[in-house]
Amino acid sequence: MRILECQGVTKFFGGLAAVSNVDFHVDQGEIVGLIGPNGAGKTTLFNLVAGTFPLSSGEIKFKGRKLSGLKPHRICQMGIARTFQETKVFANMPVLQNVLVGAFFGTPTHVSGAAAAREATQSLEFVGLSAMGATPISDLTLANQKRVEVARALATKPELLLLDELMAGLTPTEVGEAMELVTRIRDKGITVVMVEHVMKAIMGVSGRVMVLHHGEKLAEGTCNEISCNKTVIDVYLGKESNAGS
Amino acid sequence: MNITRLFTAHRRPLLVGFLILLMAFVFTFPLYGGAYPTRVLTTMLMYTVLAVSWVMFSGTTGYMSLAPAAFFGIGIYSTALLQHYLPFPVIIIVGGLISFALAVLLGLVTLRLKGIYFTIFSFGLVVFIGNTVNYVEADIFGRHGWYFDALDRATLLYAMLGLAVVTVLAAYFISRSRLGLAMQSIGGNEEAAEHMGVNTTRIKVLTFAISAIFMGAAGVILAPSLSYSNPSIAFSVTYSFIPIVAAVFGGMGQLHGPVIGALVFGFLEKTLRAQLLTYFMLGFGIIMVVVILFLPNGLVGLASMLRDRLGGVISKVRNGSDGEQHANT
Repeated sequence: MRILECQGVTKFFGGLAAVSNVDFHVDQGEIVGLIGPNGAGKTTLFNLVAGTFPLSSGEIKFKGRKLSGLKPHRICQMGIARTFQETKVFANMPVLQNVLVGAFFGTPTHVSGAAAAREATQSLEFVGLSAMGATPISDLTLANQKRVEVARALATKPELLLLDELMAGLTPTEVGEAMELVTRIRDKGITVVMVEHVMKAIMGVSGRVMVLHHGEKLAEGTCNEISCNKTVIDVYLGKESNAGS
Repeated sequence: MNITRLFTAHRRPLLVGFLILLMAFVFTFPLYGGAYPTRVLTTMLMYTVLAVSWVMFSGTTGYMSLAPAAFFGIGIYSTALLQHYLPFPVIIIVGGLISFALAVLLGLVTLRLKGIYFTIFSFGLVVFIGNTVNYVEADIFGRHGWYFDALDRATLLYAMLGLAVVTVLAAYFISRSRLGLAMQSIGGNEEAAEHMGVNTTRIKVLTFAISAIFMGAAGVILAPSLSYSNPSIAFSVTYSFIPIVAAVFGGMGQLHGPVIGALVFGFLEKTLRAQLLTYFMLGFGIIMVVVILFLPNGLVGLASMLRDRLGGVISKVRNGSDGEQHANT
């Protein structure tokens, strides 16, 4: 079943088409990788799905319902959660409170205090940070702050999770842990779309990859198809990293 | 050290006891305090209301509002217009509600602005509303100001005390509620809050309006002691800056910061200014600069800093004497 469908998605910033006429879909339960050079429009595409700003033209449907015109908080409550490329944690709160925000407000129905606390604790435990609930978030490493963002997103009980460069800036060990986390999220039944520059991670966990270049869809296919695609190698992967996949 | 332990172990009952004593003091004050000191005390409580309600919105969400004077002036005008028609307690509530309604309206327009733009716009509102009222009053109705019916100074003190208690309680319960969490998330990172399901516009407008209730009510209660008012008195921009000065002075991190800041600032201003005139503001300006430079957490921060220092010295002294004992044996 198609959980997300995008048709002719276009976004202009002034005269620049940041995303231009992109068609793609995401099936329920898969992990889709979204790659491309810097400025290709990956984050813009995420922002369009999450409702940060409106589409210039085109249509995005989530479980058959049109998303255009909806505010970000409504889209979140419908079941699309996200993390941010540059971590956007609530710096003025401890770790658990950060996650509580997602638990309290991220679902369409009213959540009781006890239920929210339970959900937040479970989410923190899921990402492996249950010991750090009371720690001020600014005391955490970048890798752990990114985990808090994931926990916060999971606490909103999403069906689709948009991960924006979860692994950027992490050490190789941390990348391995993050890959394992993404797989576990999928196993929970949550569909994942991830923007990533770490090829090893993309090729390791995603079933399908889409390549964006200058705002346009350059290629789409399985990891093998993408890593052998000549255009993709020319504009993005380069000859060396092909071996790394 | 037993005293310190006593304080930490029985913090809550001690605090409650202290607050009850404080309230008893305020309640009995008009009996022996004299006319001017009673007014000083009323002003101190009024500053508390303004500072706490300002921090309620601006301190948590990070939207620096310079609009308090607008709501405060609405309160003064509520008394002016309604004093012959409604009993005083009802005017307090009506003044609060009118401020609430106006804040909802203004919030919907201005809270789309961020950062300094919101601040400037909110300041502009004070000037705009003041001038509009002035125009309507002077040019359309040909009126020049309003006189207020005198009210017993003890009544005004009790009303202000009641309002201050309600404001502090409201701030306390909001900060612990889900509304408080939503406000904090906006202050932490508004974009992230939006994407976590927080209806940021609604939360901002609602809190802005709730804080306006208390500012408006404070204006209603102050009005009778003014005896005369006109638009430039009622909508004086001073009332926009007092809550900020008091909050920064006392410290914005915790609830008792703005309370202490407002009480101390109000006391100093009203007692010293009567004698020292402009020298007070000059001196206080320097104090403010020092506070901002060296005490980011205000007076409250100073207290906890001193406690840490003092604790360090005490334990050093103790360890030192222990060391000597060991050396002797």
